[in-house]
Amino acid sequence: MIYSFLLLIILLLGASAYFLGTARAVAVSQQTGGMRSLHSLPSHYGALTALGCVLPALIIYALWQIAEPMILTSMIKGNLPAEMLKLSANEFGLVLNDIRNMVAGNTLSGTGNPAVMAAAEQYISLQTSAGRIVSMVILVTMCVSAATIYSRIDIHLRARNIVEGLIKIAIIACSAVAIFTTIGIVLSVLFEAIRFFKIIPLQDFILGLTWSPQTAIRADQVGSSGAFGAVPIFVGTTLIALIAMAVAIPIGLLSAIYLSEYAHPKFRATAKPLMEILAGIPTVVYGFFAALTVAPFIRDLGMSVHLDVSSESALAAGLVMGIMIIPFVSSLSEDVLHAVPQSLRDGSLALGATQFETVKNVVVPAALPGIVGGILLAVSRAIGETMIVVMAAGLSANLTFNPLETVTTVTVQIVTLLVGDQEFDSPKTLAAFALGLVLFFFTLCLNIIAIRVVQKYREQYE
Amino acid sequence: MELTSHLASQSFPTLPTYDFAASLDKTETQAARQTVGNPFLENPRMTCRDVAVFYGEKEAIRGINIDVGCNEVLAMIGPSGCGKSTLLRCLNRMNDTVPGCRVEGEICLDGENIYDPSVDVVPLRARVGMVFQKPNPFPKSIFDNVAYGPKIHGFTTDKAELDNIVETSLIKAGLWEEVKDRLQEPGTGLSGGQQQRLCIARAIAVSPEVILMDEPCSALDPIATAKIEELIAELREQFSIVIVTHAMQQASRVSQRTAYFHLGDLIEVGPTERIFTNPRHRLTEDYITGRFG
Ligand SMILES: Nc1ncnc2c1ncn2[C@@H]1O[C@H](COP(=O)(O)OP(=O)(O)O)[C@@H](O)[C@H]1O
Ligand SMILES: [Mg+2]
Repeated sequence: MIYSFLLLIILLLGASAYFLGTARAVAVSQQTGGMRSLHSLPSHYGALTALGCVLPALIIYALWQIAEPMILTSMIKGNLPAEMLKLSANEFGLVLNDIRNMVAGNTLSGTGNPAVMAAAEQYISLQTSAGRIVSMVILVTMCVSAATIYSRIDIHLRARNIVEGLIKIAIIACSAVAIFTTIGIVLSVLFEAIRFFKIIPLQDFILGLTWSPQTAIRADQVGSSGAFGAVPIFVGTTLIALIAMAVAIPIGLLSAIYLSEYAHPKFRATAKPLMEILAGIPTVVYGFFAALTVAPFIRDLGMSVHLDVSSESALAAGLVMGIMIIPFVSSLSEDVLHAVPQSLRDGSLALGATQFETVKNVVVPAALPGIVGGILLAVSRAIGETMIVVMAAGLSANLTFNPLETVTTVTVQIVTLLVGDQEFDSPKTLAAFALGLVLFFFTLCLNIIAIRVVQKYREQYE
Repeated sequence: MELTSHLASQSFPTLPTYDFAASLDKTETQAARQTVGNPFLENPRMTCRDVAVFYGEKEAIRGINIDVGCNEVLAMIGPSGCGKSTLLRCLNRMNDTVPGCRVEGEICLDGENIYDPSVDVVPLRARVGMVFQKPNPFPKSIFDNVAYGPKIHGFTTDKAELDNIVETSLIKAGLWEEVKDRLQEPGTGLSGGQQQRLCIARAIAVSPEVILMDEPCSALDPIATAKIEELIAELREQFSIVIVTHAMQQASRVSQRTAYFHLGDLIEVGPTERIFTNPRHRLTEDYITGRFG
């Protein structure tokens, strides 16, 4: 409570420091011959004063937030009963935990121990008085550092350079957060996957033909030995991605050719954004469509010609996934087709080529690297897609190339491995990280290839 | 005189009123509409009669009468925007691809109106080839660039014969010696002048009767330009050539006849030498003496 009040005061002080600094810079400049004699703009001086006021406060505040539990805990330790201090490290930790829980207002794990309750009360009162002291320290620091800077404002102070430098540091810090989070995620997946490979050897995972991740919880359970051969999953993923590509590449590419080469410019101007909106439909909606409409339709169709089609089939999931990525393929391909210089089309038409010959022999080959890049990006999206497959393709890891059977994919398995209550160090859960690592590696490769191909295409025409 | 009677025998449609020359000289408004010099030939390859082209509502050229002879180079000169490219693009119906472009009048190739609804543009463009201002080789190999036309027109399915066509075309375009060892390399890797000669070879490969060139040297350096001019002189033996150019020196070096255009009108036509030494129309004279344009 006291801290939110403190934050408000810090902001108010910062704002007034800004105005004071600006006013002071203007006043100083007027004594020495106008605004031009100032090294920086008055607002730079204001910003510098405000930063000088707020930054130390925030730093002290942050440090205290980190240090508070440690300092307070060591202070109450002295007052705990002697027999508690003699407890083993583990049990003592539990006592401290109880105290902290009580401070936070939670119910206790054991019955109310009077010593614990007393300690908690002491902790709370210490916390309150420490909060007051720290607030005072912060306010004093703010005033002192703001006053120091304020008094040093003169026409030679290089306020602009300092402020710009601080801004640069802030910007670098923000981008570092983005980069380090990514690295952190990758590393954590990597380490968990390594833990998995310590239990299940890498070659069993990559080359094994059976996937049944249920491990026995009790030793006497039957039939749940756990098998982590990922080949059926990779095959299922590939199968669905191939079906999706077979749908998306022809339709996407041909519609791109229509929009770029045949359609009236006005039609193109409306149709293209519309098609891009398709890419914004949440995949769960496609999943619905796949599970409730397409899959039953395919099953009925199969039955009518006496084919055995399971109600969840790779075909249904692949078809709908293909429809989902059509906008990617066609929008990216349309961009590169449209970028092919008109002079090439003219050159071909002037030789007596028909429009289709021109498209087929000149425009598409010229745009091919860009088209391939777009397709690869779409593939990596298809492989990473989850919802449609969860809903339409099923969960059982069949090792089959028959699109009418139910298969499963990497993403679906990750989901099923992690939902529900899980031990976080069983091979079953860790397998999810191993699968995630493989998926990450695969899409990374595809993206790198796609980006390289697209770049190469750009160089050709720019 | 004889020329005027010839012109009078043609039926000229009443032209819409416009005063393009008003800003230059009021007294010339009348004369500027009629072409000075004889635009007609004995045995023409192509003939244009009363050709007018509109881009939407805007009239780009009007009342153009001119013939293109066999085995001659006809140069079209005039200030920018006067409609040279527009007329040139009418000759192989490349204007068909421009939305909103409408062509009136009659343009004949060997006596047949190319704007007749029964005429198919595909064989027409094989008979009237075109070379553009900026070299535009396809991003294919040198060989495939030249073989492109013969392949789409199905001239031959025989590999040896195709090789032969490619070789002769490259020889005629004066490029063979430079590229014979690297036919499989991309045409886009050649220098600007070589690319333009590749485009000429590409046009020659379909054995056209007429070759249209729209400022073919404006993107090239003087040495490459000289090579192309030499080439044009050789090609005249076999083809009719219509060349649009900004460089009057070039027109006088390569062409037998010159046509001067001004704001959508054909002002004067005549033998190149006569046009450059003794222009009859004031606008032509102003242009070739560099007073404007
Ligand atoms: N695609 C087009 N759409 C509309 N107007 C055009 C188009 N092409 C040319 N024009 C107009 O027609 C006139 C003649 O152009 P053009 O034949 O290109 O001139 P030139 O080649 O002699 O410089 C110009 O006024 C130009 O603005
Ligand atoms: Mg032009």
